[in-house]
Amino acid sequence: MASITMKNIVKEYDDGFPAVNDISIDIEDGEFVILVGPSGCGKSTLLRMIVGLEDITSGDMLIDGQRVNDKPPRERNLAMVFQNYALYPHLTVYENIAFPMRLAKGKFSESDVEEKVQKAAGMLELTEHLDRKPANLSGGQRQRVAMGRAIVREANAFLFDEPLSNLDAKLRGQMRAEISQLQRNLNTTSVYVTHDQTEAMTLGDRVAVLKKGLLQQIASPRELYEQPANLFVAGFIGAPSMNFLPGTVERSSTGSMCLNTPLGEIELPEHIAAAGQGKDIVLAGIRPEFFAEASTVDEHKRGRGSVVTAELTHVEWLGNEQYGYISYENDPRVVDTLQSLAQDMDSDDLRTQLVVALDAMSRVRGGDSTDLWVDTRRIHLFDPATGENLTRDAEAGAELTRLAAEDRKREREMSAAKAQK
Amino acid sequence: MASSKRLTGRQKIGWAVTTVLVLLYALFPVAAIFANSFKTQADLGNPTFWPANWTLTHYEMIFVGSAQELFLTSLRNSIGITLIATFIAVVLATLCAYAIARLNFPGKRIILGAALAVSIFPVISVVTPLFNLWRTIGLYDTWLGLIIPYLSLTLPISIWTLSAFFRQIPWDLEQAAQVDGATQWQAFRKAIIPLAAPGVFTTAILAFFIAWNDFVYGISLTSTESARPVPAALAFFQGASQFEEPTGAISAAAIVVTIPVVILVLLFQRRIVSGLTQGAVKG
Repeated sequence: MASITMKNIVKEYDDGFPAVNDISIDIEDGEFVILVGPSGCGKSTLLRMIVGLEDITSGDMLIDGQRVNDKPPRERNLAMVFQNYALYPHLTVYENIAFPMRLAKGKFSESDVEEKVQKAAGMLELTEHLDRKPANLSGGQRQRVAMGRAIVREANAFLFDEPLSNLDAKLRGQMRAEISQLQRNLNTTSVYVTHDQTEAMTLGDRVAVLKKGLLQQIASPRELYEQPANLFVAGFIGAPSMNFLPGTVERSSTGSMCLNTPLGEIELPEHIAAAGQGKDIVLAGIRPEFFAEASTVDEHKRGRGSVVTAELTHVEWLGNEQYGYISYENDPRVVDTLQSLAQDMDSDDLRTQLVVALDAMSRVRGGDSTDLWVDTRRIHLFDPATGENLTRDAEAGAELTRLAAEDRKREREMSAAKAQK
Repeated sequence: MASSKRLTGRQKIGWAVTTVLVLLYALFPVAAIFANSFKTQADLGNPTFWPANWTLTHYEMIFVGSAQELFLTSLRNSIGITLIATFIAVVLATLCAYAIARLNFPGKRIILGAALAVSIFPVISVVTPLFNLWRTIGLYDTWLGLIIPYLSLTLPISIWTLSAFFRQIPWDLEQAAQVDGATQWQAFRKAIIPLAAPGVFTTAILAFFIAWNDFVYGISLTSTESARPVPAALAFFQGASQFEEPTGAISAAAIVVTIPVVILVLLFQRRIVSGLTQGAVKG
């Protein structure tokens, strides 16, 4: 158990390229922190600096308050699960799991080793595979062996480097749940690197979003979702991702404030409109589920939003939900911003398509014109020049993260009580 | 693309003929030596391929007869010198190749380049100066005097094959071992060496062949039985009389020294276990 503190960590390669640029993160004891971002954002490099496989150019890395910058990996007492598992192919599953204990000569007796390996194997459902070699295991089993090797150590912290990226989608969901439960039960500080925002959202107590070596925002998944700091975080978190609709804040003919968009006028609550006022152009961040078919919205709820009419190009029915797509003419003033955003997020499409979530029972089809209600209270406005979120409510965001921490604490106490029984 | 994968009848015949020709070309001398080693002394001059009467006299001669001392001591020399040279070459090359494959240090390319240059350097041009040097410093006609030049033959190829082999081993394994609490040396010994074993074995066999088959150093840097290896000793066999060529005995000795090579080749084929690294990483 340990806390990990990063102070102004910088990693510069020989050619002067800063892979990680001035990152400071405090990870509390027992916390599960996710490092997420598109490829090349420096997340893996940062993880490897924590474990000691990568030199730190400048800044301080503290584990339990002790500076470890110059300590080799073996003296940091951290356990790591590699992307390709890195199992020792010449050793059986049993010996793979026992490997760290065999290295710590004299620290574990043969019966200790036996007991710990059996316990870990039981926890990971590997008991019947202990005599097999890694080559004969399935991907999910190999993954579990790698985790077994990590947990027998009683390490200060677990580090995961994209551990699920080699598994197929179904197994990934299952292993995600297992990792989450394991971490909750063991209550060991964990740092987990992924490019998959679903993993980030489901696993993390807090999520650090990185882009090009810079920390964009670190907060609970809920805060990232509800109160993103900037355009990048807003676009990266959430699937399907947030729509960015260009528009100008104006006073409409009826006297209320509204956003003039390619879809028509959207009425805005005063405090949101105030944030965007005076800007030449803003990007309105509207998540697909902020939309609903106007006909399905209750009368009393309808007043809290605004209704626009649009023609759907096509719809996708997924069983539990349905997405409608709307094409619109993009404003040339924001094309550059959106294009570089798409590049930053590893996607190459320039999005002039709006995604709206529809009721799964809805029978609208492509080509239909339909009235869409927008929950305007949850809209965020972004400055296309800086990417900054103009309507971010830092206090509300902090509250969300505080609540998440509280939930986590409660969960921890519950699992501790369960363990005592 | 099916046509390129599956051979047509004509192509099959073409390949078969080529294979037979190559086999004949390569194996005929060996077969001739084999046949000669079983001929009687009188039969050796006859222009027939197979012996008229099969006899073991030549084998008796080299193992228990008049040539026994010459052959058995040189066989002992050959085995000893070759094994020591192979062992030293493989140990040094393993460490060297590991450093080349894993570490970044100035002069890495120079080492590889120099190794290549040494291996293509003609042996015959080195042997005369070496002869003088060895005589001066007292290494002439000793085991060590042959082991050192054999290392110059075996090290370059060992370094090249092993560094190619080490590059294929996933680096993550070593890093995983380090995170698990191993020092760099422990990671190398416990995670890398077991995986590199087939490569090390392959290299050892190659090195063994090179040293085993050497003739030029063997004949030039020895003068007595104290260090003379078999290929050189064959030239010192004597016939029953001064007018008799010891062809039969030489043939028998040649067959005997070929046997370990053949056995090693058979083992060597089995040891190429490509599947050993499977399962180490995603599969």
